[in-house]
Amino acid sequence: MSVINGVEMGVTLAGMPMKNPIVVASGTFGFGREYGQFYDISELGGICCKGLTLHPREGNPPPRIAETPMGILNSVGLQNPGVDHFIAEELPYLRQHDLKVIANISGNTPEEYGVMCEKLSGAGVDMIEVNVSCPNVKCGGLQYGTVPEMTAEVTECAKKHAGNVPVMVKLSPNVTDITAIAKAVENAGADAVSLINTIRGMRIDVKTRRPVLHMNTGGLSGPAVLPVAVRMVWEVANAVNIPILGMGGVAKGEDAAQMLLAGATAVAVGTACFADPYAPLKVRDDLAALAAEQGLQSVSELTGGVKPW
Amino acid sequence: MPLQALCRILRADRLTSDTFSFLLDAGEMARSAQPGQFVNIACGEGHLLRRPISICDAEGDTLRVVFQVRGEGTAWLAQQPEGTTLDVLGPLGHGFAYPETGKVLVVGGGIGVPPMLYAAKAAPGGAVAALGFRNQQAVILLEDFQQAGCPVKVASDDGSVGYHGFVDALVRQYLEEDKTISAVFACGPKPMLKNVYKAAQDFGVPCQVSMEERMGCGVGACLVCACSVGGSYKHVCKDGPVFPAEEVDWA
Ligand SMILES: Cc1cc2nc3c(=O)[nH]c(=O)nc-3n(C[C@H](O)[C@H](O)[C@H](O)COP(=O)(O)OP(=O)(O)OC[C@H]3O[C@@H](n4cnc5c(N)ncnc54)[C@H](O)[C@@H]3O)c2cc1C
Ligand SMILES: Cc1cc2nc3c(=O)[nH]c(=O)nc-3n(C[C@H](O)[C@H](O)[C@H](O)COP(=O)(O)O)c2cc1C
Ligand code: FES
Repeated sequence: MSVINGVEMGVTLAGMPMKNPIVVASGTFGFGREYGQFYDISELGGICCKGLTLHPREGNPPPRIAETPMGILNSVGLQNPGVDHFIAEELPYLRQHDLKVIANISGNTPEEYGVMCEKLSGAGVDMIEVNVSCPNVKCGGLQYGTVPEMTAEVTECAKKHAGNVPVMVKLSPNVTDITAIAKAVENAGADAVSLINTIRGMRIDVKTRRPVLHMNTGGLSGPAVLPVAVRMVWEVANAVNIPILGMGGVAKGEDAAQMLLAGATAVAVGTACFADPYAPLKVRDDLAALAAEQGLQSVSELTGGVKPW
Repeated sequence: MPLQALCRILRADRLTSDTFSFLLDAGEMARSAQPGQFVNIACGEGHLLRRPISICDAEGDTLRVVFQVRGEGTAWLAQQPEGTTLDVLGPLGHGFAYPETGKVLVVGGGIGVPPMLYAAKAAPGGAVAALGFRNQQAVILLEDFQQAGCPVKVASDDGSVGYHGFVDALVRQYLEEDKTISAVFACGPKPMLKNVYKAAQDFGVPCQVSMEERMGCGVGACLVCACSVGGSYKHVCKDGPVFPAEEVDWA
């Protein structure tokens, strides 16, 4: 199953083996049920589940989405049913499938991250992805992911409560130096990093003079962000020794190959699913074809293979 | 179960200066379609997001959509000639729930009229229609309703055709005259839906409305199409687009 086109597609991300390097990005694939109507989600290496919070959240008022050149802006606002609901109702569904389950969590305080890690590791998820692109209520709403010390504090708290479950910290691109955050996260004990989360952006309707999103600004994703994401994966790969889950604008096999060459071990597909539900499988197969064409035995040979000038 | 399929345009017609009708070869997607559901159509390489369009009719393997050019996506769509294939996702969402007995009053406003044709044709106990348009030039699908044996009353904002005024006045007329009407189904701009609901409420007849919201995935995975229903955010693409009017937060 893990060999496609004669290429071994299996990879290991922070000790977690996956049959292929393609996972779906948090918030774009729910808990797998919807796209599971189109194909067996066991075809995927893994799923980063919709971002969870300790308590259910209603999210932001609509409109929550705007189309932009080769991208979209979203301001969902972490609408989710809460971590307990996930464990009771969604995790058992995911467990009926053969793919790695990566829970994605957001908290208002480091303690909240800890509580969620305790619950999720107890429930037996395969990995925890810590989203630090959310406001720290104690620090006047400043995003955790923008200050190395705060990101480190959250990472430590998560690690302390996650038991044997690997912790992957999801980095925000809305920073001056992403390597500073990545290093802080590595020093705090993170097992992996994922990047990038969405880039803050805005679109204005010139007729009404109102921002299209009700929240005025939102997060940019889709092909428009790919070069930014590849650059950041490359910078982070050069700065830390922990493995990377690369994402941001991946829509084709070649995009995924770029991520791997830049230093990622695995790749997440997000926004591309909206245009094509089968995008993650096409990315996987095109990546395998590309690796076969280059005469590779294993897709993991691509990781870090970029030859900088 | 939603499907993704490449659907050939069997027939393309221009209904008004800016409104188009496509008959699509949609196979299983057409056979499993329910009135009130929609499809999500990819509108060219440059547009990441599919455009949601209501199912206007379904017969055998064919599915009909009627759309108005509003922006870039629908403009691209309008240029597609007969014989080309469209990348379509559907059928999506939850449609109308028919009453056990009695007639349905279907109410459409502007580009909200198309889904009401299918809703009227499929009504087990028959249907009557109240359709509202801006003016005479914007009138669409009138013959289709008549061919389907569905009596129609028309209203226009400027009085150039039918009743001069809004469609909720016609709803009141119907509900006054015909006590066998046991449900009102409506699609159109939100202020219209609100007034139609008010009219139905005054006559004690249950009302279902089809809501619009900007979409990402169209299947319930991304949670962007939030609409306040029953005090919390529901999702138009999955929980709707049809909701019981009394549960919608109208404010
Ligand atoms: C459930 C549902 C059913 C619909 N059925 C029909 C129909 O049968 N016929 C028809 O003509 N129109 C219908 N619409 C509206 C149609 O989806 C929009 O007019 C269309 O998406 C506009 O795309 P555009 O690229 O031309 O406009 P743009 O303004 O360029 O679109 C930009 C973005 O905003 C979104 N958007 C813009 N207007 C709307 C809107 N009113 N509702 C939702 N998203 C919008 C687009 O999908 C796109 O993502 C329906 C909408 C929904 C939600
Ligand atoms: C609608 C939407 C919702 C998202 N929700 C989350 C979330 O809950 N948690 C999170 O860490 N990232 C979230 N993201 C970010 C994605 O996981 C991903 O990092 C980003 O979209 C870049 O990848 P892409 O271009 O392939 O979509 C969301 C993205 C989108 C488009
Ligand atoms: S459009 Fe994605 S949930 Fe409705």
